[in-house]
Amino acid sequence: MLRKTLFAFTLVTSALACADEVKVAVAANFTAPMQKIAADFEKDTGHKVQLAFGSTGKLYAQISNGAPFEILLAADDTTPAKLEKEGTGVAGSRFTYAIGKLVLWSSQPGFIDDKGDVLNKGNFKHVAIANPKLAPYGAAAIQTLTALKLLDAIQPKFVQGENIAQTHQFVATGNAELGFIALSQVMKDGKIADGSAWIVPTSLHQPILQDAILLDKGKGKTAAEALMKYLRSDPAAAVIMSFGYAL
Amino acid sequence: MLTDSELQAIWLTVRLASIVTLILLLIGTPIAWWLARTKSCWKGPVGAVVALPLVLPPSVLGFYLLLAMGPYGPVGQLTEALGLGRLPFTFWGLVVASVFYSLPFMVQPLQSAFEGIGERPLEVAATLRASPIDAFFTVAMPLAAPGFLTAAILTFAHTVGEFGVVLMIGGNLPGVTRVASVQIYDHVEAMEYASAHRLSAVMLVFSFFVLLVLYAWRPGAKKGA
Repeated sequence: MLRKTLFAFTLVTSALACADEVKVAVAANFTAPMQKIAADFEKDTGHKVQLAFGSTGKLYAQISNGAPFEILLAADDTTPAKLEKEGTGVAGSRFTYAIGKLVLWSSQPGFIDDKGDVLNKGNFKHVAIANPKLAPYGAAAIQTLTALKLLDAIQPKFVQGENIAQTHQFVATGNAELGFIALSQVMKDGKIADGSAWIVPTSLHQPILQDAILLDKGKGKTAAEALMKYLRSDPAAAVIMSFGYAL
Repeated sequence: MLTDSELQAIWLTVRLASIVTLILLLIGTPIAWWLARTKSCWKGPVGAVVALPLVLPPSVLGFYLLLAMGPYGPVGQLTEALGLGRLPFTFWGLVVASVFYSLPFMVQPLQSAFEGIGERPLEVAATLRASPIDAFFTVAMPLAAPGFLTAAILTFAHTVGEFGVVLMIGGNLPGVTRVASVQIYDHVEAMEYASAHRLSAVMLVFSFFVLLVLYAWRPGAKKGA
């Protein structure tokens, strides 16, 4: 038994030693495209990718407190800039890997019209948004409602997801009739897979520039630098656009 | 020292824990009594179901509750048919979830207390013509008093410490579902460490004193429950 355990242990540790691995912190809205990109990248290069998902604010707090991530794919451009200024991110490594699109989505077909007039009707109990303190898509939702002069009317109906993934879950399970989420979460093969949606015009909120940054712990690491480069390649761009992001 | 929203979160937490403890005293006592005395073959399965929340990750419980209480779930359809609306994102939704989540903390100490009494006192009560219900209230309950206190303390404390389930079905609404644990998490995530420290310290001191006071007053503490 002991010998078997030791053998397994040696196998595992030697496998870890050989594989060039990159640990990436990913904003929750980019979950689906990143899984696809990571799989393609692993196939192309033989490197291993480890992904962790969460709200940008939460990932920032983890990184500032020494989390072992080598790359951050944020949902905004201010967080990577802050990390660079604080010295946790590598200077000059920042770039915009995607421009996010905010969508008002319901799991019921026909519930949302393509102009978002449903917000004026108010025939719903709950509107899910991501915590605006932590999630840029939540902040964009607030800006949108402010621009529409509907914030005061809608605010009492808010339910907050801790990140954009939980916000989607509130709407998908029908517990909130509608919610502001990322277009990428409901895109499948280039179109909105189910329910009904209004793609919020980008004029109603500040552009959601999603920036990537190489973190201190990834500096000089082959796999991390290769992935940063891969994110700007044509195959990666094709995946990113297929999920509804602009570039 | 504490902001209004922090006081609100603490008050909400205390209210939730108190209501859950009361409800569980009512529900948990007959279950524990039955588990302690039955010879039915259902004892095993029922005991296992009661203990499930000890083993299940809160995320599993939260996920199933979210589905079950939603408009497409059986509980959600029932509450809507009864005109009660839906439970997620409401205070009473948290109460229902916490009753499930804290069930073993009420039932298990009570069950051991009831088992500890044994047959003898109840047999004696029966020979003195006490009905079973009489015997329960005049003999079993007083004898199990330390067990009741332990169960109530554990249930209260466990509900105060609840987090994962609340996060999953609460929707983080101030004054409704934003309990202290969720607000602390919020502060930590947003790197508002000063606020997080304040509220955490209050929770720590509060929890310690509740337990201290209750343990110090526990009747028959020397004999053990």
